[in-house]
Amino acid sequence: MNFDADVLVIGGGVTGCGILRDLALRGIRGILIDRGDLNSGASGGNHGLLHSGGRYASSDTETAAECRIEGEILKRTAPQAIDACGGLFVAVEGDDEGFIARFAARCAAAGIDCAPLAVDEVRRSEPAISERAIAAYAVPDATVDPFRLTIEQVADARRLADSLFLPHTEVTGFDIDGGRIRAARCRDTRSGEARIIRARQYVNAAGAWSMAVARLAGCDDVRVLWSKGTLVIANTRLTRRVVNRLRTPGDGDILVPGGTVSLLGTTSDTVADLDVIRPTPEEVDRNIEEGSVLIPALAHTRFIRAFAGVRPLLLPTGGDGDGRKASRGFTLFDHVAQGLGNFATIAGGKLTTFRLMAERTGDLVAARLGNREPCRTATEPLPALERSSWTEPGHSARTWFAAKNPADSILCECEMVPKSTVDAVLEMAPGAEPQMPLRAIGVRSRIGKGTCQGSFCAIRVTSHLYDRGTYGGREGLGLMRDFLAERYKGTRPVLWGPQMPQAELAETLHCGLLGLDLIDARGQDGEPR
Amino acid sequence: MNPEPRRITTDVAIVGTGLAGFAAAVFCLDRGIAAVQLGHAGALTYTTGYFDLLGYDRGRSIDDPWRALADLGATWPGHPLARLPRSTIEQAFRRFAEAIGDLGIAYVPPGATNVRALLPTGLAKTTSSIPRTMAAGAAALAEKKRTVIVDFIGLVGFSAKEFVTNFAADWPGLSSAHIGFPDLDGGAEAYPEVMARALEVRATRERLAARIRAVVGDADCVGLPAVLGVHAPDRVHAAMEELVGVPIFEIPTMPPAVPGLRLRELLEQAMPARGLRLVSQHKATRVDLRPDRIDFGYRDNFGEVVIEARTAILATGRFLSGGLVAERSGLRETLIGLPVEQPAGRGDWHRDDCFDVRGHPINRSGVVVDDDFRPLDHDGVPVHPGLFAAGAILAGQDWVRQRCGAGLAIATAWRAVDGVARMSGR
Ligand SMILES: Cc1cc2nc3c(=O)[nH]c(=O)nc-3n(C[C@H](O)[C@H](O)[C@H](O)COP(=O)(O)OP(=O)(O)OC[C@H]3O[C@@H](n4cnc5c(N)ncnc54)[C@H](O)[C@@H]3O)c2cc1C
Ligand SMILES: Cc1cc2nc3c(=O)[nH]c(=O)nc-3n(C[C@H](O)[C@H](O)[C@H](O)COP(=O)(O)OP(=O)(O)OC[C@H]3O[C@@H](n4cnc5c(N)ncnc54)[C@H](O)[C@@H]3O)c2cc1C
Repeated sequence: MNFDADVLVIGGGVTGCGILRDLALRGIRGILIDRGDLNSGASGGNHGLLHSGGRYASSDTETAAECRIEGEILKRTAPQAIDACGGLFVAVEGDDEGFIARFAARCAAAGIDCAPLAVDEVRRSEPAISERAIAAYAVPDATVDPFRLTIEQVADARRLADSLFLPHTEVTGFDIDGGRIRAARCRDTRSGEARIIRARQYVNAAGAWSMAVARLAGCDDVRVLWSKGTLVIANTRLTRRVVNRLRTPGDGDILVPGGTVSLLGTTSDTVADLDVIRPTPEEVDRNIEEGSVLIPALAHTRFIRAFAGVRPLLLPTGGDGDGRKASRGFTLFDHVAQGLGNFATIAGGKLTTFRLMAERTGDLVAARLGNREPCRTATEPLPALERSSWTEPGHSARTWFAAKNPADSILCECEMVPKSTVDAVLEMAPGAEPQMPLRAIGVRSRIGKGTCQGSFCAIRVTSHLYDRGTYGGREGLGLMRDFLAERYKGTRPVLWGPQMPQAELAETLHCGLLGLDLIDARGQDGEPR
Repeated sequence: MNPEPRRITTDVAIVGTGLAGFAAAVFCLDRGIAAVQLGHAGALTYTTGYFDLLGYDRGRSIDDPWRALADLGATWPGHPLARLPRSTIEQAFRRFAEAIGDLGIAYVPPGATNVRALLPTGLAKTTSSIPRTMAAGAAALAEKKRTVIVDFIGLVGFSAKEFVTNFAADWPGLSSAHIGFPDLDGGAEAYPEVMARALEVRATRERLAARIRAVVGDADCVGLPAVLGVHAPDRVHAAMEELVGVPIFEIPTMPPAVPGLRLRELLEQAMPARGLRLVSQHKATRVDLRPDRIDFGYRDNFGEVVIEARTAILATGRFLSGGLVAERSGLRETLIGLPVEQPAGRGDWHRDDCFDVRGHPINRSGVVVDDDFRPLDHDGVPVHPGLFAAGAILAGQDWVRQRCGAGLAIATAWRAVDGVARMSGR
């Protein structure tokens, strides 16, 4: 199947979704593609911290101020995706006194509201913080649900301009003629089929992969450094607020609460290969070792899973290779010097600054299309859609109880997701399609996110999907296998204590009862190695 | 309240109420060895009901388990099943199946070759011995019989349509039907255990049979999720076949499921009547290895009880059952603190791909034993002359991936009981 649009946006992370909506608000119809699904890159593997800027205040005043301003805008325009819980910066005995002494002034320079707190007062309100704490400041950090952000932006772009999202569509090349891209050659990564997408403007928002996508268009001006970060999720909320270690950024020094869990992270390691990104036991241990200095309970908390993402950090030409020192800023490449008039790349930046990145990109693309509408994302609220609140813990359960329909069986017992939610996702979620993979349903709901990590609900949902006629053959088993293999990547590094019996039961069920180790990713009888 | 612990003396203490523990109990009673068995619900509850002997080798299905067992020593040095002669394995397996059959769950005894049994996904797996209630399924698959698979309104996690869709290419005469189970057809979630208990009542069987007859059409055979009774499955099965008029078979389902529950309840109820002293729902919390005996302590509502045993069989299973525990720093045996053979570090426990057909290194970890199945200390010396180990806790096997769970449990229990018998002079 081939498609046409005003603009093709490549990359379904927060940046690409933000661009799609920014353009739609200007009346421009776009097509957004991702070779995986929404948030399959860094946008689905990050800390979910809406930075006040405090983290960067000591090293990069400009980025810090950018974070502050963007954070304020998002709190106004997308409050449904944000928990304005506040944040703390806390130092413990032995931390650099000079760094601590300069912190408040550095925040002030970036315009960040930063209030010194008495240590015993902080420990009263956050008892999980170590008794070895020696200094603390409050900042307006918040947390953000990136899944909700992307889903709602895509849904809003569809509402505004009939923009379209195509999952599992990978750009593999461009047809270029006379200084313009004429078509993007794409491949359906599920079926292997070729697709041609024609647009007037092409935007590369492929995050860590943006360098590769730019090269497909013959542009070698984009240089990003790949910095892998691993996070681990504790099964309780240990603090009310975000807690940052007050020191030069290092491993395991931020704890971000989210609903009823806490996210500890992150590591930062430069990697050379983007396609084998998985969290390792060693990285998990590093996070716990460092994190438990500030929050001692982390040494014996139960962890549900770990995950990893790759930060696309921009390298100045000739810069060295340290991920933590590379800039958190972003750059918009117009590629004019590379001889192309309808291609742009947006790279670098943060989740926190995605809106500004989308605005700059939208300004360039709109101007190139002769569209004079101004950017409206800084003021226009992002409509909160009922359907994307499926990703919100507890939401399905509440609607289920309210509906009182016993025939609407619960498919996921950990997160109380009933059949009707799965049906609704299949029928109307952004990017929904007739043969929807379990993984895609998981992205758009709470399926697989509870304590069993999908090992039971995958079986129940798959049976339901066969009952509905969603799958007509073995591919449904292949997709269940794929979903479970993906969840496993996250549980594997935290398999000790009570997680190990769970994992053993999962393996015996998935292999012994279901036979999933005997088939391949397409559900066919496997070719043994 | 009761400062002096109560004491029980016995020839052998069997710790664990999984397949290995119960098999050991059967074999001890056969030989007149006085046994006390201790344990709580474990992995047995989850079993499919199939008794595997040796089904797969790195993802490849095995036709002739006996030949594969004979070759096992070369590919898996130290595999517990490779250390036992065929005659022992055969004898143990046959005797255990026979004992279970006497209790009311007949098994088709293992033959010269493996059979293909049905899984709820609509895939087949290679196994050795099938309960009678499931046997017609393997036959229907082998002969591609015209078969209708029935599922029930409100039963979550089992779909006849899924089963039929995935077998379609292999088994053309297959169709599905979705019906209501008597009195459980209001739409609310219906649980297999509730259906199974309901089918022990004749009136329910008659009503269900009428509903099944209405959808049989010209099929020669009917498949159902495993719900044909908890306590007398063979009787319920036979009665249903008679009422419906064609062969019927069960297909295992996801937990909470009936096949494992059946085995556990049956063994727990019937074995004491045959002379076993069974302390169910209790865990041993303390062990004292003495020169001439082994003491196991456990607590009940009245205080501590000590089992003074001349010999003991440790059949406490792996992580799910609590025989082994994983700590961030390493794996540990929980009851006695036996050395556990294991990969060097946590990073080596698992492979990157969870479905890697080679299996995870951690699956091969466990307790190392000598040829009499006595656990060894770090110097390779038996920890105690009267202490034996059996079942999934043993090192050097991967029962999940090899599909050898029941075979491993039963055959090693036999060998452990050999040792106990020698020590007890029987
Ligand atoms: C561990 C970690 C923690 C972080 N924590 C925070 C935080 O707390 N706060 C914060 O503000 N920021 C944080 N960040 C940064 C933030 O996550 C990223 O800056 C942001 O998500 C980048 O979004 P993006 O849309 O630009 O890229 P991505 O989300 O990576 O999206 C790029 C997309 O392009 C797709 N793609 C690639 N190649 C192709 C192709 N050929 N064809 C089609 N599609 C393609 C990919 O599948 C991917 O989905 C963190 C990052 C990491 C890694
Ligand atoms: C999902 C699933 C599917 C299966 N499918 C099959 C199949 O298709 N075919 C097959 O052949 N087998 C199957 N099995 C069962 C498998 O055969 C057995 O689990 C395996 O053989 C191990 O048996 P075991 O008796 O050694 O250990 P377990 O069955 O694990 O039993 C160990 C026992 O020790 C007890 N215990 C532990 N610690 C203590 C203590 N301190 N004091 C007292 N008691 C203690 C536990 O409570 C438990 O009763 C399946 C198992 C599972 C979980």
